[in-house]
Order: sequence, then C-alpha cells, then structure tokens
Amino acid sequence: MSFELSLDQVSRTFGSRRALKPLTASVSTGQVMVVTGPNGSGKSTLLKIVARLMRPTSGRVTWRSDGKELGIEASRTLLGMVSPDLTLYDELTAIENLAFFSRVRGVAGTRASSERILAELGLAGRGDDLVGAFSSGMKQRLKFAFALMHRPRLLLLDEPTSNLDEQGVLMVRGLIEAARNDTCIVIATNEPEEVLWGDFVIKLGT
Amino acid sequence: MTSSSNWAREAVSVLAKDVTSEFRTRYALSAVLLFAITALAVVSFSVSPYSLEPDAQSAFLWTVLFFSAMTGLSRSFVREEEGRTALALRLAAAPEAVYLGKLLFNVVLQAAVSAVVLPLFLVLMDISVPLPGLLAASAAMGTLALASSSTIVAAIVSRANSRGALFAVLAFPISLPGLASAVRSSAVALSGTGSASGDLMTLAAYSTLMIASSLLLFDYVWND
Repeated sequence: MSFELSLDQVSRTFGSRRALKPLTASVSTGQVMVVTGPNGSGKSTLLKIVARLMRPTSGRVTWRSDGKELGIEASRTLLGMVSPDLTLYDELTAIENLAFFSRVRGVAGTRASSERILAELGLAGRGDDLVGAFSSGMKQRLKFAFALMHRPRLLLLDEPTSNLDEQGVLMVRGLIEAARNDTCIVIATNEPEEVLWGDFVIKLGT
Repeated sequence: MTSSSNWAREAVSVLAKDVTSEFRTRYALSAVLLFAITALAVVSFSVSPYSLEPDAQSAFLWTVLFFSAMTGLSRSFVREEEGRTALALRLAAAPEAVYLGKLLFNVVLQAAVSAVVLPLFLVLMDISVPLPGLLAASAAMGTLALASSSTIVAAIVSRANSRGALFAVLAFPISLPGLASAVRSSAVALSGTGSASGDLMTLAAYSTLMIASSLLLFDYVWND
C-alpha cells in the first residue's frame, strides 16, 4: 500500500502571531522528510497539523492511500507519532498502556506482540513495570512502541532522540531504516546527525 | 466512520483504563468523598434533623451531591491534560469513544459517591423514607444528569488556565434544570406526598438531550 502526504500552502497563526508560514510539500512511502528550523519556527505546529490534531489557518493537508484520499478517521490506525508533548500513563504498566491503545485503535494487540516490540526497543522484561518508574530515556523508547505497534503508514517524529543515550540514537536510526520501506516518515529536528537521515530537508523560519 | 458497536467497545476500554488509574491514584475519589462526608457531618451536627422539612432535606442532599460532583467530575479530563496524556488519547481513540468512556467513568464515580452519601445522609439526619424506591430512582437519574452535564463541561474547561473556578461557573447553569428536578422528586420521596413522575421524565429527557448534544459537539471540543 502506498501512502502520500501532501501539504498545499499550509499555514497557521495564533491570534496575530504567525506560527507557520505557508508551506507546500509532499512526501510518500519510502521517503523521509526532515523539517528543521530555529525554535519557534513552527516545526511542532507543522507536525500537529499533519497529524490532524490542529487545523491549519489556511491551506490543505491531504492523505492518500493508493491514490485514494483518506478521511480523518484513518488517522487512528495509519498514523504513528512520537513527540515531546506526548506522554503515556504513568499509573499503568508498559504492557497495560500498549494494550489500552491497541483496544481504542481497534487493532489486534496481544501480550506477546507488546512484549516483542518492547524487546525490540530495549525494554525486555520491563513490560509489567509502572511507566511512572521508567527513566526519561525508557519513556522515550516506550513512545516508539506506542507509535509503531500498529504498523503505521505515516510516522511523525518530533525530536525523536531526545532523552536517548547513544545506543538509543542508533536504535532510532535502525527503526527508521526498517520502517521506511512501507512508511512515509516526517522528522522534526535540529540535531545535525538526524538532518542527514532525510531524503530531503525543509527549513522553516527562513 | 466508526460503527456504534466499536464506539461502545472502545468506550468501555477508556472506562476500564480510568477505573484502573483511579484505583491506583485515588485522584478523584478521595477528594470527592472527603468533601461529601465532611459536609454531611458538619451540617448534621449543627442542624436538628427534625427542624428540616422534606424540601429542605432534599435540597441539602443535592447540594452535597452537586458540589461533590463539582469537586471530582472535572478530573477525568483535567488529569489527561495535566498528565499530558491527552495527545496520545487524541491520536489513538475516536472522540465519541473518549466522550462515552469519560461519561461512563463519571457516572460510576458519582454513583459510588451517591451510594456512600445517601445512606449516610439518612442515618445522620435520622430520616425515615416513605418512598425509598422513588428516592433511589431520583438519586440514580440525578446522578446520570449530573454526570452528563459535568462531562462535557469538564472537556470544555480542561484546557483553560483557571479550570477549577471555570468548571463550577459553567456547570451550575447547565446542571440547574436536572438538579431542580432531582431536588423536587427526592422531596416527594422524603415527604411521601405528591407525584414525581413529571420530574423523573424531565430528568430522563435532560440526560438524553445532554448526552446526544455532547456526542455531536465533542469532536469540536476535544480536537483543536
């Protein structure tokens, strides 16, 4: 299944302040688009608009699968997102979090599949621990489990390596390489190393 | 479009998650019960039970239940915003399932509070109820009415800065029609005279209207 994300003159203002200048771009399955720019240039705002969590002030965001335009209800099963603004439930265990989000997404998720993805993310044996007891790096890894567990077609990564150690950064690099064959990936970052992961780069605020 | 059976299944998942979280954190229940029991105890020690007419007894009972609801029912949404888990929930769950799950949780929470407050009220105020079935029905339907109005108001205020004050200010006028009917039907149950059928029908219609309009509006409230 091929997936295509198109942005047509998308912009966003908050009151009189322009958070995102009009932007036109497209990215499809197999491609990695990197969005970079100084603080406040609109990287996170752009990702929220792409995720359809925020309406653009002007312009249009289109998701297409095999050429067919998708409605907003497709977001829940086709989108995976990692963001500093996103937190999972501290009072639930890692497995309970993944099971809950599988159920509300309406996708099949078993304990075995949750344990498998946790192991892939370096959290083997920690599935029954409360997330509140996790370190910030472990929580970041768990966010990747939340984003990838339903095999999304569009993966949005906002500062994907924040709080991760060197091994964690390598893990994220590996995940992106593994996912890019059947996923369309957008990364918002200012890390020079992560900018190199993209097939093309969009600089905001210039 | 997600089917209604999927909404129901996903709403139950949201309810189960909230109940699990509540049991582990006592985020809402402790505050609500503490307020309700303190208010009941203070008034029962300072007012002679025999000096209150059934109308006043009913008004007192619903005052305690209303402010208990104001203390606790906003927390289901506020907790998601304060804990920054709302974004994950927005990404994964259908808005309708989130609303129904939160509504169910608030119904369960307020029912638990009513189940504690009502018997305690009757014992502390030394009240014998001529029509206990009607009192139970009034409490049940009043609980649903309070939960249905509080849930959508909680969603509206959860992203505001002074959400505590805003919740009570917004919830009071919206809850008033249901609250007034619950007070009147409970007064009938406590006095044993008069008819409460009109008030019970008003409560049922009010809750239905609140839930239906909330389902229609919730997507605009929940998403940007």
